[in-house]
Amino acid sequence: MKIVKPASAGTLESSDIQIRVEPAEQPGIEVHLTSSVKQQFGKKIIQVIRDTLEEIGVTDAYVEAVDKGALDCAVRARTAAAAFRAADNTDYEWRVRS
Amino acid sequence: MGRVDISKIPNIDKINFNGEYTPEAVTPKSEVEMPSKVLPSIRDAIIASGLKDGMTISFHHHFRNGDYVVNMVMDEIAKLGIKDLTVAASSLASCHAPLIEHIKNGVITHIETSGMRGELAEAISRGLMDTPVVFRSHGGRADAIKNDEIHIDVAFLGAPSCDVLGNANGYTRDESGATMCGSLGYAKVDAEFSDCAIVITDHIVPYPNTPLALPAVHIRYVVEVEELGDPEGIMSGATRYTKNPKELMIAKNAANVIEHSGYFYDGFAMQMGSGGAALATARFLREKMEEKGIKAHFALGGITGQIVEMHEAGLIKKILDVQSFDLTAAESLKNNRFHTQIDGCFYAGYDYKGAAVNALDFVVLSALEIDTDFNVNVLTGSDGVIRGAIGGHPDTAAGAKMSVVVAPLTRGRIPTIVDRVNTVVTPGITVDVVVTDQGIAVNPNRPDIIEKLEAADILLTDIESLKVRAEKIVGKPDPIKFKDRVVALSLYRDNSIIDVIRQIDEDDEDE
Amino acid sequence: MRLRRTMMFVPGNNPGMIKDAGIYGADCIMFDLEDSVAITEKDAARFLVYSALTTLDYSPAEIVVRINDLSSGLGVQDLEAIVRARPHVIRLPKTETAQDVIDCEKEIERIEKEAGIPVGSTGMMAAIEGAEGVLNAAEIAKSSKRLIGIALGAEDYVTDLKTTRSDGTELAFARGMIVNAARAAGIDALDTVYSDVSNEEGFLAEATIIKKMGFSGKSVINPRQIDPLHRLFKPSDKDIEKARAIMEAIRDANARGSGVASLNGKMIDKPVVTRAKYLLELAGLEEEAEEE
Repeated sequence: MKIVKPASAGTLESSDIQIRVEPAEQPGIEVHLTSSVKQQFGKKIIQVIRDTLEEIGVTDAYVEAVDKGALDCAVRARTAAAAFRAADNTDYEWRVRS
Repeated sequence: MGRVDISKIPNIDKINFNGEYTPEAVTPKSEVEMPSKVLPSIRDAIIASGLKDGMTISFHHHFRNGDYVVNMVMDEIAKLGIKDLTVAASSLASCHAPLIEHIKNGVITHIETSGMRGELAEAISRGLMDTPVVFRSHGGRADAIKNDEIHIDVAFLGAPSCDVLGNANGYTRDESGATMCGSLGYAKVDAEFSDCAIVITDHIVPYPNTPLALPAVHIRYVVEVEELGDPEGIMSGATRYTKNPKELMIAKNAANVIEHSGYFYDGFAMQMGSGGAALATARFLREKMEEKGIKAHFALGGITGQIVEMHEAGLIKKILDVQSFDLTAAESLKNNRFHTQIDGCFYAGYDYKGAAVNALDFVVLSALEIDTDFNVNVLTGSDGVIRGAIGGHPDTAAGAKMSVVVAPLTRGRIPTIVDRVNTVVTPGITVDVVVTDQGIAVNPNRPDIIEKLEAADILLTDIESLKVRAEKIVGKPDPIKFKDRVVALSLYRDNSIIDVIRQIDEDDEDE
Repeated sequence: MRLRRTMMFVPGNNPGMIKDAGIYGADCIMFDLEDSVAITEKDAARFLVYSALTTLDYSPAEIVVRINDLSSGLGVQDLEAIVRARPHVIRLPKTETAQDVIDCEKEIERIEKEAGIPVGSTGMMAAIEGAEGVLNAAEIAKSSKRLIGIALGAEDYVTDLKTTRSDGTELAFARGMIVNAARAAGIDALDTVYSDVSNEEGFLAEATIIKKMGFSGKSVINPRQIDPLHRLFKPSDKDIEKARAIMEAIRDANARGSGVASLNGKMIDKPVVTRAKYLLELAGLEEEAEEE
């Protein structure tokens, strides 16, 4: 899935994470994370963002994430929502997701 | 006057007296005058006090985050070129960030306090000071001052009312609407045991300023200033009960535990810590008291409007107030006869076996972290940065027949129940019950409480299960990294070192 | 028997509330993709609820997801995601006719087949929110085997009636229709929300009325409303004792092989037994509601 424009999902409220996905300037996925729990969960959050993008077939993207203590399931949901928006794609392919 | 032959009084050599009366002992009435201890400025008072390099000065924290006194005094001291001071405050708040400059300039080289927040706390955590900051409990600090382990050379004590002799109080009885902070409990030991106590006030009232908190006999100088602080930061109206459903649920669980613990009987004594859930526990307890016709003999500690309301409704007979948390509490101290201000030793002293904490049946306390040995941290955040205060936590936990610690199982993504707390403040052997939104655990060293709660069908779990449950929700956090350097000490209430706080290690490893 | 005294609304795009939804002890948790989600956030909420349901453990609560109505064009997309996340129940809003339920069921069945989920395992619930729907309540309640209950949604309904929420007079007919239709179909009836969260007295007054009318429970919008409602539905000790005695007599009779049970010299009718069982289940004493 190709990222064609910048788009974001999520809010800056407690337990949420705001994910902004932009077209990559160089190949691959780059994640920049700001989080109050970066020391304890930073690696995990970045891994979840990468895994989620991989699952939905995004190979090149720049991701700006501002975390407010979101659980993994919220990180996954926000990443997916932002990526589909940034890819201008509404074919969510739930059939391969369950 | 020739009426007495002193030599004929039997055993006169065993009696101390000051010779025989002569009329010179009487000052002529025209010359009798009340002296004034008022000096024109803080600067004058500092000079008069004889403050020198290397001395110790003290402050109280009854103006909380609205305080101007610490910063005003430190600025004047810095201008006078005095260096190498120890600041022994009863606590410090976010508004004291300007101390950072005084530390950098060598004016302050050591800090003793109960708590610290904001930029100053962050700078300390990043290694601002060479000598570790010493954190003491309210009881521990009072003892250390009384026992001269902290020798205060000069105490600068803000007071909302004072007469020219130095009789000072946390409120005023005239109708001026001056600043108000209620109890001056933590300032009392500073006034009594310091070499030179200076009252700084925004309101000089006619003698005698009674009732009083700080008696003139302990006060050397008085200075009048425009403002002591920001009234909004010093004290807001009545503390409101939380509306947060999670805190309410924790509070309800805590009240249930107390009801069936055996310590809820007619004539009990209690303390409610600050923090939403701890405060809300009072509300549910009140319902149970009214339902069962039970009354409390006294409430202790930091006092809020809720405690005052219960007092005024006849549910709590007496209030012992070391610190008033809101205007309702301060007004009550002024108006209610059995609402009394007490000092830190009376409240929580470790040496003094008659300290009020030892008469508590139960206390409800908050926590930042609790570990599987029941140790509690209220001083450092999950990131290892200082952001809290010891307060009376270890004092009341040790004194009360039952200590109840309330906390949400997780805050955002941070688990509250952990393997090992970042900083031990209150040792687990004094923590009896942990109440969260997702389970209640009783310390195994209290089988008596376990038995009572189980008999009342209160569902209990163990602390290990709570930790596992928290981890299941948020995941297992990576350990935070510290440098070896010790930046602060956590002292137990007997002033022994119970833990150290290390400098945080912030090497940012971005992608 | 599944208790449905409380159905707690959780906005589908709020991670903080979704995280904590399970801790308050509601019988049912209803994740909302409809009114509480802005039109621009429908996709994000769908991802979030899907992700939460497939990750977090809300047991023992019943999981309900309110989807957007099918005519909005969003409903089918909601189903595509949510049915695969295996909630217990899909709640259909704005149900006007039995056909609305049948249409929705058709989509659910298709998705169940595609996803390899046992057909029929996803329950349904229909919310009736208009004058037309209230008149059709009886047919709606019987329109699908998947239905576990029907619910009243009062805000749209009073607007439809050209009135406003007040003391309950405005809802008397709808409530009567809905509870009767539900019971005729052998399913549950759920009452509407009470929005003034700080007015516990008003909430309890309304809850008392709907309990008397025969409703199984009520939707709640704040966790603070759960405990009072559960307390209200809790049978008194006296009633529990009576129900226990009845069930004891039934077990005795069954043990004796007798079809007739009596208590204090009076024969026990079947409705009395049914009521006693229901009461013991409400009191959390399911094991005592056994006939053997």
